[in-house]
Amino acid sequence: MSTASGSYYLPHVAKWPILGSIGLFTMLGGFSLKLIGVGVGGFLMFVGALIVIGMMFGWFGEVIKEGLQGLYNHQVERSFRWGMIWFIASEVMFFACFFGSLFYIRMYVVPWLGGEGTTGVGEYTNMLWPGYAPEWPTNGPARIGGEFEPMEAWGIPALNTLILLSSGVTVTWAHWGLLKNDRPQFVKGLIATIALGFTFVLFQAYEYYHAYTEMGLTLGAGIYGSTFFMLTGFHGMHVTIGAIFLTVVLLRALRGHFDSEHHFAFEAAAWYWHFVDVVWLGLFIFVYWL
Amino acid sequence: MATVADTHGVEHEHGPAKGIMRWITTTNHKDIGTLYLCFAMAMFLVGGAMALIIRAELYQPGLQLVDPHFFNQMTTLHALIMVFGAVMPAFAGFANWMIPPMIGAPDMALPRLNNWSFWVLPFAATLLVITLFLEGGAVASGWTLYPPLVLQMGDSLPFTIFTVHLLGLSSIMASINIIVTIFNLRAPGMTMMKMPMFVWTWLITAFLLILVMPVLAGAVTMLLTDKFFDTSFFNAAGGGDPVLFQHLFWFFGHPEVYIIVLPAFGIISHVIPVFSRKPLFGKNSMVFATAVIGILSMIVWAHHQYTVGMPVPAELYFMYATMLIAVPTGVKVFNWLATMWKGSLTFETPMLHAMGFLVLFVFGGFTGIMMSQAPADLYYHDNYFIVAHFHYTLVGGGVWGIFAGFFFWLPKWTGRMYDERLGKLHFWLSFLGFNLLFMPQHFLGLAGMPRRIPDYAVQFTEFNQMSTVGAFIFGFAQLLLIYIAYKAIKGEGEKATDEVWEGAKSHGLEWSLSSPMPYHHSFEGVDISKAIKDE
Repeated sequence: MSTASGSYYLPHVAKWPILGSIGLFTMLGGFSLKLIGVGVGGFLMFVGALIVIGMMFGWFGEVIKEGLQGLYNHQVERSFRWGMIWFIASEVMFFACFFGSLFYIRMYVVPWLGGEGTTGVGEYTNMLWPGYAPEWPTNGPARIGGEFEPMEAWGIPALNTLILLSSGVTVTWAHWGLLKNDRPQFVKGLIATIALGFTFVLFQAYEYYHAYTEMGLTLGAGIYGSTFFMLTGFHGMHVTIGAIFLTVVLLRALRGHFDSEHHFAFEAAAWYWHFVDVVWLGLFIFVYWL
Repeated sequence: MATVADTHGVEHEHGPAKGIMRWITTTNHKDIGTLYLCFAMAMFLVGGAMALIIRAELYQPGLQLVDPHFFNQMTTLHALIMVFGAVMPAFAGFANWMIPPMIGAPDMALPRLNNWSFWVLPFAATLLVITLFLEGGAVASGWTLYPPLVLQMGDSLPFTIFTVHLLGLSSIMASINIIVTIFNLRAPGMTMMKMPMFVWTWLITAFLLILVMPVLAGAVTMLLTDKFFDTSFFNAAGGGDPVLFQHLFWFFGHPEVYIIVLPAFGIISHVIPVFSRKPLFGKNSMVFATAVIGILSMIVWAHHQYTVGMPVPAELYFMYATMLIAVPTGVKVFNWLATMWKGSLTFETPMLHAMGFLVLFVFGGFTGIMMSQAPADLYYHDNYFIVAHFHYTLVGGGVWGIFAGFFFWLPKWTGRMYDERLGKLHFWLSFLGFNLLFMPQHFLGLAGMPRRIPDYAVQFTEFNQMSTVGAFIFGFAQLLLIYIAYKAIKGEGEKATDEVWEGAKSHGLEWSLSSPMPYHHSFEGVDISKAIKDE
């Protein structure tokens, strides 16, 4: 049920959001219970996640259907574009939080812990941990987590940089294909991008396995382990989401959706993909390399 | 071209669904605005009840009613509920009701997302309130959630953190919607500089929310991993730093102050011109001042942390940058006063509340300038002076803006005038109660009474008793507000005219609509480009 106002499409019933809220509540409440050691928590978390996934299928499905019916004019699509842009902006700030923490710790906290400065914690930490030599990477003056090896930049991470940068090229090639209504090029470009994306995730998984089993590098390896895994972990999660997003676009492309005029979903996925790409460059430089 | 009468035809065809499902599945900006406002009112009562528990305990020195741990839970939850549950949703309710009619839009740009932005909130509030019944009770660290204290509490931590995540999700979705609506759904002729001040202030607020809520989400995520997944972000032994959390928190927390007060600035910028029967003085400078406040608010955060041992150059920078905020704020106050200058003033309830806002907010602003000085702040820090200061700005600024907006627009929403005598009574009880509540706290703080402690030295007794009496007057006066709203919604009282306030039609698009506004697509088929005026 809906009315067109002028020609700006306004839906009149939203049945999915409430399901999303119930799903999130169940999932996060379940996770909390699990963390405080209540047995049923894990199950609730699983059920909640299923509800959220179901909500996304339903909600996106409804929007896709309306799009195919031609209900969305250019003004509606512009709303979607602006929406995606500001959503990505909020994601940028989420990563900025962790990058900012990394810079603050490396520039200020570690030297202070080694006794530098006069008004900071320096003069006191020298008493608490005499002889702590501040250098990066570190797991702190108390050597939390024991011996560890930092991650080397010029192995898998460099390869992953190459992979993600190439995937940025292939997704643009796919876009060119779409713009000139060359569907085979569009589909091939998408397949290449998705393949590169999941290869990246597999390499990352291998790197994590290696870190945990052979390098003593874990989430508990002091501040280096904390920043390393939180930054690369959230990034890896975003790559996975982006690759799933592109896979949905691919499946739709194979069903004949999208043309050179209407392809908001593809553009949103591509923007998202470039965003995770840029974040990776920051990671490669500041987490792996420097 | 269709006329206004035709719009009612559309309304019949697609009137609101019946019963509870209307509210759960609605995509109508007016319904969602109402939901936000009702939720805010409910949370205002819950948070207010907690404040009264705090004040009742502080009526006398010694421990009478609650144990210290519960007292700390009350201060923490009171703040979280008031900030995230009452004030922010109230302004989101105003935004939903008023932004589309003010810019000539049929509805919000993303109506389904709009529904979700609201419907996350009751679930988030539930997740927070149930922590009261867990082992160890709710979080009792103060709303700032500083580690290491917050990591040493009972089972409530993960629930509280996920509450913050959900609230952030809601705010970000609402902000995206507001920005997209303003960018993409303005009527032809409604250029950016012709946009009303309330729309402008919400635009800047929405930017602030998008920029800072994710940082808060990241910061509390680190709390969660520090507690449950062995990370060392806030643990110096592992190379982290608890002060890092303070920086991240206040990077969110300081803009949050402006997130609360900027929409109030917007409302006041509408109320004062209408009751002065003059256009707003210096509209363009108001817009720029708002933008400058928005930018400055993001680069002054560490003035909340003068006492943690920052390097002196950092303290100096944050001190001077903070003082700069007085400049654009001064521009605004000057413009409001200049708007009233030689105006034909009348003092109906919305105008009274706007005057209350001016007095209280300027007072709170001045104590803010006092505290912006790093050396002086060493003395003010963590005592009742700061409690008085931020209640003058957040309640005197934020909540008074809400009061003014409520009385100003209630007739537009419901089609009924409120009872002017009751409105004035509500204002005077609130205003006197509030000042009796918080004015003595300045003196208590300067005399050395620390905040967040349920007991105090006997020489503080009289001022605390005044404060508690004021709190109960202020708190119970709000029952009048509910009664006034209830009567208007029931359709009692005098019928409001379309422009509601004398001459309001010349002050904005929204006053040319019927009272109440049509349920759907307020401007369906109305040629509004002629109605948009240059200010």
